[in-house]
Amino acid sequence: MTNSSSAIEVNELVTHYGSREILHGINLTINEGEIMIIMGGSGSGKSTLLRYLLGLGIPTSGSIKLLGKDITRINNIEMNELRQNMGVAFQGGALLSSMTIGENVQLPLREHTRLDEKTMEIMARMKLEVVNLGGFEKLMPAELSGGMIKRAAVARAIVMDPKLMFFDEPSAGLDPVVSAELDELILNLRDAMKMTIVVVTHELESAFKIADRITVLDQGNILMTDTVENIKNSDNERIQSLLNRRPSNDEVQADEYLNRLTGM
Amino acid sequence: MPDSATHPLINSLELVGRSTVKLIEEAGYYSALLVESLFWILVGPFIKRPVRVSSIFSQMMTMGIAACPIVFVLSFSIGVMLAIQMIYNLKTFGAESQVVVGVALSVTREFGPLITGILIAGRTGSSLAAKIGTMQVNQEIDALRVMGINPVRYLVAPALFAMMIMVPVLTFFSDLAGLLGGAVYTSIEIGLSFDAYMDRTLSALAVADVMQGIFKSLLFALIITLVGVSNGFSVTGGAEGVGKATTRSVVLSISYIVIADMIFTYFLNL
Repeated sequence: MTNSSSAIEVNELVTHYGSREILHGINLTINEGEIMIIMGGSGSGKSTLLRYLLGLGIPTSGSIKLLGKDITRINNIEMNELRQNMGVAFQGGALLSSMTIGENVQLPLREHTRLDEKTMEIMARMKLEVVNLGGFEKLMPAELSGGMIKRAAVARAIVMDPKLMFFDEPSAGLDPVVSAELDELILNLRDAMKMTIVVVTHELESAFKIADRITVLDQGNILMTDTVENIKNSDNERIQSLLNRRPSNDEVQADEYLNRLTGM
Repeated sequence: MPDSATHPLINSLELVGRSTVKLIEEAGYYSALLVESLFWILVGPFIKRPVRVSSIFSQMMTMGIAACPIVFVLSFSIGVMLAIQMIYNLKTFGAESQVVVGVALSVTREFGPLITGILIAGRTGSSLAAKIGTMQVNQEIDALRVMGINPVRYLVAPALFAMMIMVPVLTFFSDLAGLLGGAVYTSIEIGLSFDAYMDRTLSALAVADVMQGIFKSLLFALIITLVGVSNGFSVTGGAEGVGKATTRSVVLSISYIVIADMIFTYFLNL
């Protein structure tokens, strides 16, 4: 490990979707035990950044170091080991719909360990208790509400006790109470299990509540990475319009606009 | 003004080119999936990443055993249909009793594997595409990958393994059902007893006839699985995308089956 206090180091990350460049050279360092919020409007590239942090895409250039390992260079076996130290709670939960909640939570254990059946069941129940879903392990994902599915997904993500935890839009589609509970859960995970947590969201309220630092992405560039206070006090116009829910009034380029309309 | 790029001939040429490239791209994807699945089946157990046996068996149940009734009904009907047509044809030569040989050879060499292949393409190929497509849309595939579970090992290899066993088995079952259909109709129409029919069938058939059908059915199993799975993985655009991929996988696998059948039948009978 080059730097023991940084859990994630992103260096000059450039990515393309087809021929369109999405991220234009991202630099980001996330410290161990920190809750980092990645914020930005739709199309800012925050979901793309998350995909690459999870190793789900091959970047055009740049490097991504997770726990000191550059995931753009390591081989499959090393990546597989690293993945056992990563937990991800997807936006829609992404539980396997053909399995019960309990089986879903046990899945990483079943695939990566040689524990016996009873032990796995107990571990899965413990993690379900952590997310307040004790007693739900026999149900199918389709029988749970949106908030419960997200919590079950968290239970599955933490069953291997990962060092890195990623949340994709944890409060999207949830009512304020459930969403606040999820925020509490995220804070508890960090305090109890010393995880490094990355949350991608556009919900300001929950972001301010749980963040140690916030990174604001805009059109594939990082506008700012700083503490909650400094972000709130920033005089950057785009950050302010994001914080105050103002529509962004980009200046209209008359010629370009005309060209777009006429399709020239 | 019409520049060269918009000339209709150039346009259609471009279309041909693009579809050819796409076809080759897909063929490459199929082979990659095949090689990776075989890798997991053969090498997986030695690197502590085995293909789950329970998953293979449950797939064999749903795609094989559960398909038995419908395979029986269709194959039986095909057997009856063949007997009707052949008796009508052979009447012109006054050789109705030769219907036994005709049915036996057509069923085992051609109709058994073909009807089973088409049925399984509609039944299992579509469900593979729909299942994997839905998982893709719901980010379940991404979830598997970030948990360090290879989706090909977890989803494709068991399906391929199960299909490679069950489709030949179903084909053999279909052969039997087809022969039974032929026997039943023949005994009613020209009064040939069941025992005599079976006797003559057995003497008309060589092992090679049945094996030709079984060999082709292995090929069909491969086609159905790879086409279904790859269409599932390439789903984009939500529920509508899943529907499109499902339809596409059925149409493509049936087309490939019929074409492959023609080609292999030619070479196997040289």
